[in-house]
Amino acid sequence: MTYIARPKLHHPTLVRNKVGYTRRDYEGKISTLCAGCGHDSISAAIVQACWELDIEPHRVAKLSGIGCSSKTPDYFLGASHGFNTVHGRMPSVLTGANLANRDLLYLGVSGDGDSASIGLGQFAHAMRRGVRMVYIVENNGVYGLTKGQFSATADRGSKSKKGVVNADSPVDLIGMALQLGATYVARGFSGDKTQLVPLIEGAIGHGGAAFIDVISPCVAFNNHAGSTRSYDYVREHNDAVSRIDFIDLADEIKAEPSAGEVISLPQPDGTRMRLRKLHADYDPTDRIGAMNHVQAYQAQGEILTGLLYVDPEATDLHHGLNTVARPLNALTEADLCPGAAALTKLNGSLR
Amino acid sequence: MRPTDVDDPEYFHKVVDCQWACPAHTPVPEYIRLIAQGRYDDAYMVNWVSNVFPGILGRTCDRPCEPACRRGRVEEANTAKPEPVAICRLKRVAADFKGDEVRARIQRTAAKNGKRVACVGAGPASLTVARDLAAQGYSVTVFDGEQKAGGFIRTQIPRFRLPESVIDEECNYILNLGVEFRGGQRVDSMAALLAEPWDAVFVGCGAPRGRDLDIPGRREAAADIHIGIDWLASVSFGHVTGVKKRVIVLGGGNTAMDCCRSARRLGADEVKVIVRSGYEEMKASPWEKEDAMHEGIPIINYHVPKAFVLEGGTLVAMRFEIVKAVYDAKGRRSLVPTGEPEVTIPCDEVLIAVGQENSFPWIERDCGIDFDDYGLPRLDAKTFQSSTAKVFFGGDAAFGPKNIITAVAHGHEAAVSIDRFLHDEPVTKRPPPHVNLVSQKMGIHEWSYHNAVSSDLRSKVPWAAAQKALQSIKVEVELGFDPVTALKEAERCLNCDVQTVFTEKQCIECDACVDICPMDCITFTTDGEEADLRTRLKAPATNADQALYVSGPLKTLRVMVKDEDVCLHCGLCAERCPTGAWDMQKFLLQTTMAGPACRDAKPATTRVVTAA
Repeated sequence: MTYIARPKLHHPTLVRNKVGYTRRDYEGKISTLCAGCGHDSISAAIVQACWELDIEPHRVAKLSGIGCSSKTPDYFLGASHGFNTVHGRMPSVLTGANLANRDLLYLGVSGDGDSASIGLGQFAHAMRRGVRMVYIVENNGVYGLTKGQFSATADRGSKSKKGVVNADSPVDLIGMALQLGATYVARGFSGDKTQLVPLIEGAIGHGGAAFIDVISPCVAFNNHAGSTRSYDYVREHNDAVSRIDFIDLADEIKAEPSAGEVISLPQPDGTRMRLRKLHADYDPTDRIGAMNHVQAYQAQGEILTGLLYVDPEATDLHHGLNTVARPLNALTEADLCPGAAALTKLNGSLR
Repeated sequence: MRPTDVDDPEYFHKVVDCQWACPAHTPVPEYIRLIAQGRYDDAYMVNWVSNVFPGILGRTCDRPCEPACRRGRVEEANTAKPEPVAICRLKRVAADFKGDEVRARIQRTAAKNGKRVACVGAGPASLTVARDLAAQGYSVTVFDGEQKAGGFIRTQIPRFRLPESVIDEECNYILNLGVEFRGGQRVDSMAALLAEPWDAVFVGCGAPRGRDLDIPGRREAAADIHIGIDWLASVSFGHVTGVKKRVIVLGGGNTAMDCCRSARRLGADEVKVIVRSGYEEMKASPWEKEDAMHEGIPIINYHVPKAFVLEGGTLVAMRFEIVKAVYDAKGRRSLVPTGEPEVTIPCDEVLIAVGQENSFPWIERDCGIDFDDYGLPRLDAKTFQSSTAKVFFGGDAAFGPKNIITAVAHGHEAAVSIDRFLHDEPVTKRPPPHVNLVSQKMGIHEWSYHNAVSSDLRSKVPWAAAQKALQSIKVEVELGFDPVTALKEAERCLNCDVQTVFTEKQCIECDACVDICPMDCITFTTDGEEADLRTRLKAPATNADQALYVSGPLKTLRVMVKDEDVCLHCGLCAERCPTGAWDMQKFLLQTTMAGPACRDAKPATTRVVTAA
């Protein structure tokens, strides 16, 4: 944790994006998390992604629950809307906000306690309804704020800092998201921003419920030998299935040739996302295949990262409810009240 | 790229841009912190040890430190007018607000060692040698043609920039160390001096000859044409108390600026500075040009003097040819006439300040001291030793006209040479600097320096009212910072001497430092050659003068690369580092001066036995 404010001074070469902001303009207050917390890297990745995508900060709503992870929206996008909800209730509040104003970009920031324990039901229903949002779980497998008890996502057999072995099965949020109908499912690692930033960018551009499980080591309570969420363990067992390149074709020619077939997927805004497959037999648009692949790796103790599943033709809650294109909060009384004649007619039809 | 060797004192020294740029390597951030704490005596002493003349330099220094100051680069693209910390004027603050205790803290002299050293000239170089050696027990005698010590500091710098009391005070600190001063005794024969029983001789006689301008009319109008430095000396001693109404000053250096501002004060209605080169290339410091223009003195550039115009035997004007700067393929400049008709500018008096030259008429060419084709003594560039082993040179007398702080630096080095020479140790072997690197960590997020970065802009030094200032040559123009402004200005210092020290085996590559760094200085990436690495960093490292701090391979086989260029030394990387891989450590470098520390043979330590 740091007491001094981050100096306003910036590097002389810092550039502005298309909407006139520098990367620094997307920052929030100084983080009060422990030094070295993975969550701060995720905040930095969100800042980078929003800056690169030229997002106007006032068109973003960031919602969170309770916990270390849920504190982080204070540390990025200081000029955006924010709502710090009751523990585990971010998905329902976000769903309501999304219904009221479908035009904003919704960032749901949660942790393994907030989403896999107290908020598990809320998580499940947000996914199955297909609420258009970027749902980020900052997953460290431990309750950091209460000094290091295992969380619901801690692997069975992993050791706590005090040496206790976890006997419970972990909640597999990726598996659940896939099963419950999330249309963009990815896993990243806070220690690898070159992978994480494009994953967040892909999720922001996605047309439905996008879920990203980000493994984020807790340096204070879960970064020791025997932990399966430590920097060292994750680096040793990380296996990426794909890499998202948003690079232009012209740059591609100059870029280092690397293995992997490139597939191009349509985005709702008409652009195309370019995905480089790193596993030849892996099809990221095959949901059942993705579920099997993730499970198979998990059984070997490996951590599969990258974009695990994407439905290029995803739809969202508004599509299912058949709401109007205009945000509901922008509808006036004239739009909403059909008038006495219509009421009389309706009443008449029921007589 | 090879991992950076931070054990080499040069690496961190170079990060402290101001100290690196200072010829005397004054630990600038160290004294600025002391000023911020109101510890003016301590700040003065840091300066006194290093640059000998804090009060004088705090008003007159050429400030090589300021263009080098990191603050100037840091403010680029952040403020409308990026400016360095007002280092020079903060030095003056230390001198202005110090207490009388300073006198008591000036080092005592060691027991006399029986060795006698003669210093020729009582300028900054000689006085530095005298101070360094007198304190070590040498019997030093300083000769000067003038009655009072100070050399060019006293004769050439106008009183409105440097009051005489300041010169007296700081010269006396040195002379009171038991230095014998023989004022009014100009040495006019080196052979005679060498015949006397001196163990060593130091020549610090400056570059006393002002360059003249041999163009038509020079001889005829001689009564109204003066050589700048000689004229300034006459003004300084009160021999000249007035000028005619219209004065032209020829030349673009700091002497020209002093001449024009002095003429303005001596009653000239119209003073013009006319210079051959362009305004930008003028040798004068930018602030001295600004000060002159602020006093209503125009600077006319690209005018080459052609002739003095006389009417009825008196000077009435000067004729100039108008030129332009043309650069060849190698970037060398030449001044080419534009073909426009010559310009005549009326004047009654002309001051020629077109440069200074060395002159050693008093050194017999057969007395054993070799001179080069330019009339400068042949010296070893590091030891300042001449071809006669016991004769050393320094200041302007050594390598031509420079400035006070350079003279002081020469003095220190020459004193080291003399000390080693008189202890039968080879002078070519130079003592390493004294270096100290110590962590500033006080608590979890507490440092022993103020790491919050001020966003204040550079404060202006207040001036005496123009009316009052221009009326007398003796009224000091700059008033100096008051303590409140001094604190504000001191807080602008980035504490570049508090180094970011990286210990690679501690690093877990969590990226916390990368994320928090406000200036995007830190990158973890795959190794490469420097030129390639500089393009691959989080922010491009385009300033090749500033080093990259590169670690050895980390666990992921990547390396940590830190671009030193615009680091704020705010310590946030170290605050956010969970393992202490980053630490803020204060780097204090002091050049080794004459005395036991500069010698190879160390005196045996005497054991003090005390009664139980």
